[in-house]
Amino acid sequence: MTGPDRRIRVLIAKPGLDGHDRGAKVVALALRDAGMEVIYTGIKQTPEQIVQAALQEDVDVIGLSCLSGAHSTLFPRVAKLLAENDARDIVLMAGGIIPAEDVPFLEAHGVARVFGPGTSTREIVEFIREVAASA
Amino acid sequence: MTDEARWREETVAPSLQRLPQRRAAFATDSGLPLRDVYLPEDADPPEKLGFPGEFPYTRGVQPTMYRGRLWTVRQYAGFGSAEDTNRRFKYLLQSGQTGLSTAFDLPTQSGYDSDAPLAEGEVGKVGVAISSLRDMETLLAGIPLDQVSTSMTINAPAAVLLAMYIVTGEQQGVQRRQLSGTVQNDVLKEYIARGLYIYPPEASMRLTTDIFAFCSREVPRWNTISISGYHIREAGSTAVQELAFTLANAVAYVQAAVAAGLDADEFGPRLSFFWNAQMDLLEEVAKFRAARRMWAHIMRERFGAKRPAAQMMRFHAQTAGASLTAQQPLNNIVRTAVEALAAVLGGAQSLHTNSYDEALALPTEDAARIALRTQQIIAEESGLANTIDPLAGSYAIEALTDEVEAQAWQYLDRIEQLGGAVAALEAGFQQREILRSAYEHQRQLESGERHLVGVNVQVMEEKQRPPLLRISPCLADERAKELAQLRQERDGRAWQRALDALGEAAGGTVNLMPPIIEAVRCRATTGEICDVLRREFGEYHPPSVL
Repeated sequence: MTGPDRRIRVLIAKPGLDGHDRGAKVVALALRDAGMEVIYTGIKQTPEQIVQAALQEDVDVIGLSCLSGAHSTLFPRVAKLLAENDARDIVLMAGGIIPAEDVPFLEAHGVARVFGPGTSTREIVEFIREVAASA
Repeated sequence: MTDEARWREETVAPSLQRLPQRRAAFATDSGLPLRDVYLPEDADPPEKLGFPGEFPYTRGVQPTMYRGRLWTVRQYAGFGSAEDTNRRFKYLLQSGQTGLSTAFDLPTQSGYDSDAPLAEGEVGKVGVAISSLRDMETLLAGIPLDQVSTSMTINAPAAVLLAMYIVTGEQQGVQRRQLSGTVQNDVLKEYIARGLYIYPPEASMRLTTDIFAFCSREVPRWNTISISGYHIREAGSTAVQELAFTLANAVAYVQAAVAAGLDADEFGPRLSFFWNAQMDLLEEVAKFRAARRMWAHIMRERFGAKRPAAQMMRFHAQTAGASLTAQQPLNNIVRTAVEALAAVLGGAQSLHTNSYDEALALPTEDAARIALRTQQIIAEESGLANTIDPLAGSYAIEALTDEVEAQAWQYLDRIEQLGGAVAALEAGFQQREILRSAYEHQRQLESGERHLVGVNVQVMEEKQRPPLLRISPCLADERAKELAQLRQERDGRAWQRALDALGEAAGGTVNLMPPIIEAVRCRATTGEICDVLRREFGEYHPPSVL
């Protein structure tokens, strides 16, 4: 799916009511600088809106960001909707204020990788390149 | 008569009559006498510094500052249900806190009830859920509203929560004019940085000025806005941008109020500010001092305010959430202490110190206590509160104060050219500038130009994790049941009449506070009231800034 001619496409999304999007926007800019095609949904998106945008934009990866503590409700719903739309091949990654204890739960519910506070954007770029190469 | 003698007679003496010093005399640890204020040795102070409590207020808004009264310890708290937060409030008051500060959950701040579809997963998470008058009564149960001042971080639905507070006060037998507190009520920074807007700017500005006008008549001790740089800074701005964008917003509010027929000398004294206290201590102190000086000039020269109280920038400060790290979280106690020092050296009127675990979750009670103790230690043990504006006259501080001010004026001119704060933010100007700074900060961290202890230097393997606060997952279901019951029990006809009256008022030009108070009295919920206004005003859609 990601041939040499096609740039990696990423949707950065903010589910829920949380307006803290500094991290989401900084990651979006870093991925763009790394040569990826990046679409940012803006804040206050429902899981339905996010999945719809991902399908419409034909992205390889969705990056979810949430700092309000609603991640355990909202992230698995995005994963479930992707599965229901035959879009399991879209890789789901996440970031925000997410306690380490919650990571196994999220990983068991469709989130491939959780990046905590302090993560360097290089690490995120490498992760995306790896998953895109193995797709 | 020297300038100093005049200041002592005209400004200090009347102030001491109202509020004596905390002690008859102050001294250092070695017993050296400590003067109230230190001045140039052989000259009057330059005009740009002046004296404490006098124009341009560079050295502080009160003539005696912390020698008269220490800053208000105001810890922002709120989580889970109204009962949970009421318990935390009482705990904080018993621990020596002197004012309350309420955090609301995101549904409440966005004008939705706990049972709204968009509230899913968010109920009680970053603050307390308040959907009805009954919730507000529970939140404030046993707290004497004539004695405790309450700050509420509420913006787009500020009028609704203020109405609930007023009605709860009435039920406690407390008159409107006895109530004291603050609503944040600063929607412009929501468009710029924080995202919790509902209506388009024009409607928001109307709600804001309606609160100004209503409170100046009915709730005279209420601070009707807390113009906030805090969130702009958290979103990644520099100190200069925080100062400039916030002052540009403040100018827009004053213009709107003047256009609504209010007098700058009347409502000016009810305006307050809210700044971030970040890690770069000297620049932060310079920022606070420059902020006071700039505001005094803006109010006097641009808006013609004559009363000193209308020229004074009183402000709350909070240490920087964005400076906290998830790595080695106990290090955050030190960061918070440094930032709190900056706020105190900068002359804050009230202060919130963050808890060390906030890069991981909401604070636990233990973490919240250490945060509280941090400012109590500064107040009781450091001696910093015993002489006014102690860094004044430092070559570094005075030069930085001038430089921060000069750069902030440049930004203000730029925003003026763009048509003012509202036009500029509708075009995404402030948002883009902030993002540019945030991205540059991240780039510096990753290149190693900027060091962050525990993150890109002095990194270590961590085995232990601190205990975290958890919100009950059952809360949303319980809340939905309570709301269903409330909707069934209230007088449906009175409720409908009140909401219809509000809709009609919103379509016209009358002050919206009275119909909102009536709706609250008739048990209309936060979401229902905001929905009526959504229908009348529409909703805001932000510009893309990426």
